[in-house]
Amino acid sequence: MVPAAIAAMTEALAEVGNASALHASGRRARRVVEESRESIAGALDARPSEVLFTGGGTESDNLALKGLYWARHAADPRCRRVVISAVEHHAVLDAAEWLAAEQGAEVVLLPVDAVGRVEPATLRSILAADPGSVALVSIMWANNEIGTVQDIAALAAVAGEFGVPFHSDAVQAVGALPVSFAASGVDALTVTGHKFGGPYGAGALLLRRGLDVTPLTHGGGQEREVRSGTLDVPTIRGLAVATALAVEEQPERAARIGALRDSLLAGVFAAVPDALLNGAAPGPSRLPGNAHLSFPGCAGDSLLMLLDARGVECSTGSACSAGIARPSHVLLALGSDHDRARGSLRFSLGHTSTAADVRALVEAIGPVVERARRAGALTGARRS
Amino acid sequence: MRVLAAMSGGVDSAVAAAHAVDAGHDVTGVHLALSAKPVSAREGARGCCTLDDARDARRAADVLGIAFYVWDLAERFREDVIDDFVAEYAAGRTPNPCLRCNERIKFAAVLDRALALGFDAVVTGHHARLDPGSPPVLRRSVDAGKDQSYVLGTLRPEQLEHAMFPLGGITKAQVRREAAERGLAVADKADSTDICFIASGDTSGWLHDRLGSQPGPVVDVDGAVVGQHDGAYAFTVGQRKGLALDRPAADGRPRYVLGISPVDNTVTVGPAEALDVTRLTAAESTYSGPPVACLAQIRAHGAAVPATAEGDGGALTVTLHQPIRGMAPGQAVVLYDDERVLGGGRVVSAA
Repeated sequence: MVPAAIAAMTEALAEVGNASALHASGRRARRVVEESRESIAGALDARPSEVLFTGGGTESDNLALKGLYWARHAADPRCRRVVISAVEHHAVLDAAEWLAAEQGAEVVLLPVDAVGRVEPATLRSILAADPGSVALVSIMWANNEIGTVQDIAALAAVAGEFGVPFHSDAVQAVGALPVSFAASGVDALTVTGHKFGGPYGAGALLLRRGLDVTPLTHGGGQEREVRSGTLDVPTIRGLAVATALAVEEQPERAARIGALRDSLLAGVFAAVPDALLNGAAPGPSRLPGNAHLSFPGCAGDSLLMLLDARGVECSTGSACSAGIARPSHVLLALGSDHDRARGSLRFSLGHTSTAADVRALVEAIGPVVERARRAGALTGARRS
Repeated sequence: MRVLAAMSGGVDSAVAAAHAVDAGHDVTGVHLALSAKPVSAREGARGCCTLDDARDARRAADVLGIAFYVWDLAERFREDVIDDFVAEYAAGRTPNPCLRCNERIKFAAVLDRALALGFDAVVTGHHARLDPGSPPVLRRSVDAGKDQSYVLGTLRPEQLEHAMFPLGGITKAQVRREAAERGLAVADKADSTDICFIASGDTSGWLHDRLGSQPGPVVDVDGAVVGQHDGAYAFTVGQRKGLALDRPAADGRPRYVLGISPVDNTVTVGPAEALDVTRLTAAESTYSGPPVACLAQIRAHGAAVPATAEGDGGALTVTLHQPIRGMAPGQAVVLYDDERVLGGGRVVSAA
């Protein structure tokens, strides 16, 4: 967490008061919540009443997908298609699959091109065929694995033409890219705190006014009657401070982190000439802090283990609950084969990354790849 | 040394890893995920590789302060252990999947990968002693009731050279006591029993799901049909229960499975004494040498009997000085000089 958010949050932790109570302590707590709401709305170009506090990105995604599906389906039973991209985070993908398995929805997966982008024309062709049957569209702003940035305004405009609600998971985008809720044309937007120096377990769903969403949880109805639960005032305060700071510093951070990422890529390619970059070329279509690479002939978990031992922390993508690295559905959606998907690593750079971190990786990567190659791409997975 | 501790989530492997840490080694814990679709919990002592086991292994690594990873060996385990297990039963033999797992997974796939990644050895929680040397000497655990030298008895010297079994010198009770003293939550976790990938414990039902109904005759030693079976693979030599014979033997004495012939899908039954064998031949043997007086063991928890063994290349001939009852092809025979393992092989025929 950024120091300013830690300070604001710890200060709030010492205060008593339920933000829904009517007495003086309650009003003080409510004031902190509403100032935080206004601050976040200001930072993301939304109206304060459009900011719903949640417990994080997963909850926001679930609320958007299920809540919009239920509300739309209740209004028109024919409305049962859920259109999402093939590279969504599991919080969207699995929520959509649950709607299909348990609630009678039909999931339409939008294909992506070789770098992970959804073509607006693809979305148009799916919506145009039968717009009345589509409950919602959900396409992430930027991908969590390969860092590909979508043309969200163009995609949201297509959905808008057909009157279909458009949700975007912007967990990766806030703080890394300019994000304007109003200008994007998006109807619902997922934000989470820990991606930009805020607290864990704190997020928001920006929800356009007038959009009907059925609640996931029931109780006090604290957040616009859509989300119940006593408001976590200190966490909300920490989220607001971190959001404001991340948005304010975004242009400077993006330039600095992007330059570090570019030197990381140059160093890795110099050490391992046959490494392959996944996703879009560095530039506006790629998150500045993302470097996702395939190392032919290596198993990703061997690379991770060897780098970890040298103090370099990276990720192989998603792991199942047992901790087993799985071939990424994102890479498979780009047309990558299983071996390439298994031999891939993501290096993420953030606001605390330094040139020394990049140097440590660049120095380690050559010997590590060489060793992992000796251990074999598939040792442990299949017999050769 | 840099050592890789294979951590199942059980008490033995956790304490073995702790001993490696105490010995001053640079230890990394690895949990082997052997099931493609791990379930969240297991009941009692059956099954393995559940999410609970992975979590228990991770928590033990936390307590020991060592790095921890999960290696996905599910496909390799299916090919080398599960498919082999089914094929062996289909061929009328009785395999021991724990031996196969040691031979092909723990001290092959895992060891090879560990060595390539820069580790010097793999440490496991097996109850057996291993004295370093060239070749290393494998000996029984000091805890006779928990000794696992039999399931390690077919490992080749080059596999044992990179193995460490820190628990061979202490008893299971000591292992549990030590785990409790070290604050390892698995101190009183139930021992795993049965075959790890058959969570139900019902081996013949599990095989039936994979091999289907294959009805055929049950015959006596004279060839007379005395019953029907639903799949010869569901039987094992020496088995007495579950034969569902139509009529009792003429002499009224119990009958046992004497042989299984997959070619004509026939199960042969007969009296107990017909099960006695005194001569075994084995393949894939790790013992080579002129005739030697030794002790031969054919089951994980069976007694070892006096024998003379002779090995030539991979072939092994064992003459037993007293008969043993119910030897099924596919089982392993492991040879001992007192408590020292000489080698072993897979039985191909018995007479």
